Amino acid sequence: MTDLSVDLGFIKLKNPVIAASGTFGYGLEFEPFIDLNLLGGFVVKGLYFSPREGNAPPRLAEASSGLINAIGLPGIGVERFSEEVLPRIRKYDTAIIVNVCGESEEEYGSVVEFLDKKEGISAYELNISCPNVKKDGLCPALSPEATFSAVSLVRKISSRPLITKLSPNVTDILEIALSAQEAGSDAISLVNTFLALAVDTETRRPKLANVYGGLSGPAIKPIALRMVHQVASRVNIPVIGMGGILEGNDALEFLIAGAKAVEVGTANFVDPEATKRIIDELNGYCQKMGIDRIETLIGSLRT
Amino acid sequence: MRLESPRIADRSRPGQFIMVRINAHHHPLLRRPFSIHSKNGKTIEIFFQVAGLGTDLLSQKNTDETLDILGPLGNGFKAEAELKGKAVALVGGGRGIAPLYFLAQELRSSGAASRIFYGGKTRADLPLRENLEKQGFDISCSTDDGSFGFKGFVSDLLKAELKKFTPARIFACGPEPMMKKISGTARQKSIPAEFSLESVMGCGFGACWGCVKRIKRGDGEELVKICEEGPVFPAEEIVWEEEEG
Repeated sequence: MTDLSVDLGFIKLKNPVIAASGTFGYGLEFEPFIDLNLLGGFVVKGLYFSPREGNAPPRLAEASSGLINAIGLPGIGVERFSEEVLPRIRKYDTAIIVNVCGESEEEYGSVVEFLDKKEGISAYELNISCPNVKKDGLCPALSPEATFSAVSLVRKISSRPLITKLSPNVTDILEIALSAQEAGSDAISLVNTFLALAVDTETRRPKLANVYGGLSGPAIKPIALRMVHQVASRVNIPVIGMGGILEGNDALEFLIAGAKAVEVGTANFVDPEATKRIIDELNGYCQKMGIDRIETLIGSLRT
Repeated sequence: MRLESPRIADRSRPGQFIMVRINAHHHPLLRRPFSIHSKNGKTIEIFFQVAGLGTDLLSQKNTDETLDILGPLGNGFKAEAELKGKAVALVGGGRGIAPLYFLAQELRSSGAASRIFYGGKTRADLPLRENLEKQGFDISCSTDDGSFGFKGFVSDLLKAELKKFTPARIFACGPEPMMKKISGTARQKSIPAEFSLESVMGCGFGACWGCVKRIKRGDGEELVKICEEGPVFPAEEIVWEEEEG
């Protein structure tokens, strides 16, 4: 029997497979398909303090081996989440991670301050890719200084482990990762989606009402892997890797490149049982290769 | 295309849909939504014409191949028993006819009399016409170019016919401008109407928030997921897009 558990230091996961924010609803949407107890963890859809409507439709466009989305982070806000969702998901024996959003640094702080009083959350994943309405729409993820500032603020408020989720839409992702580490982040997750455009050639309009959207899916996997490797080689906090994982083998690539755990995103839309299947495939690989503990694979890339 | 799935066939109602995974590869990545066109025992049918990569690949499948499908999804039409013995109008534009065939069959077996209005761009764009006639349905067609039936939009054909008969309910599916016009006509005549909406869908089961439509809820409006709360909505709940200039 293979030991699939991975230790992130601040939390031990029963396996390295986490369902990614924005692709797994609040978890409840997947109850008909999989036993949530099987997962290493899941990250609930990004929460701002108040309920939000999100962007105008159309919000989705398919790309080659990928999906461009401009959903715009609609959500129920922290109060409804705490009252209606949290009591229903906290009974599961899995790590429940809340993706935290904010239109300003203060909002990140107020979301965490509110949720810190509620039981049943394992960690926060700070979504620093949210546009900052006070700073001309620039999100903290785009500069090391703004990343440092936002992470430091939340770090002071939060009693729980903090994972900072990085955007790949930067010149030097390592610089941002090091800023998050310096500001006290307990882990880093990457990558969020790549800013992208799709055009309808008949109407000459963008396919998304928002014009730009974020590209996810297998199309981004090689770039995501490179970024994960780059960051994991240099930081000394755990890295959670994601970007286009559809199969167990994709997850293995991220682990070997240095990720301590992985997040599975777009795959959940195509195959609602994807997370469970990937865990099974990881197990199958380890048995075939005679690996007792999956942790021994992490960062084992031979270069 | 006929698909054998006893579980889905057993649970399907008119207006519901399935999500079909085109292949096990990465491209096309997303499942494709198809409304259920009919059911018969253990099988359901979907009706499609090749319009892109997904439908092209689907059209090349062979008999006895296995497909990964998810369903039945969505709410479906409210074709209640109270329509028994009454006349109803079913209006389909283009591929919007697909779910109405299933609805017409169900309404017939529950004792309602359906009049079907079927519109396409040209005579060649009415692929289900002959089949519907063969089944003995009362069907009137329109084409934009006048190559068959009424010349003009099916919404105008319906409007003209409503001078002669008053259905207990209108069910419609098709392009949004068509449904918007029908909604206006139905409101003028105070006829209850239900519309099946279409959207690009990421998942089909409420996880991606991709397929939203502006819907009246309580005193306000909300962006509601078509896959979860639809795809069928009563006319009075739908906030139609403004015409583009």
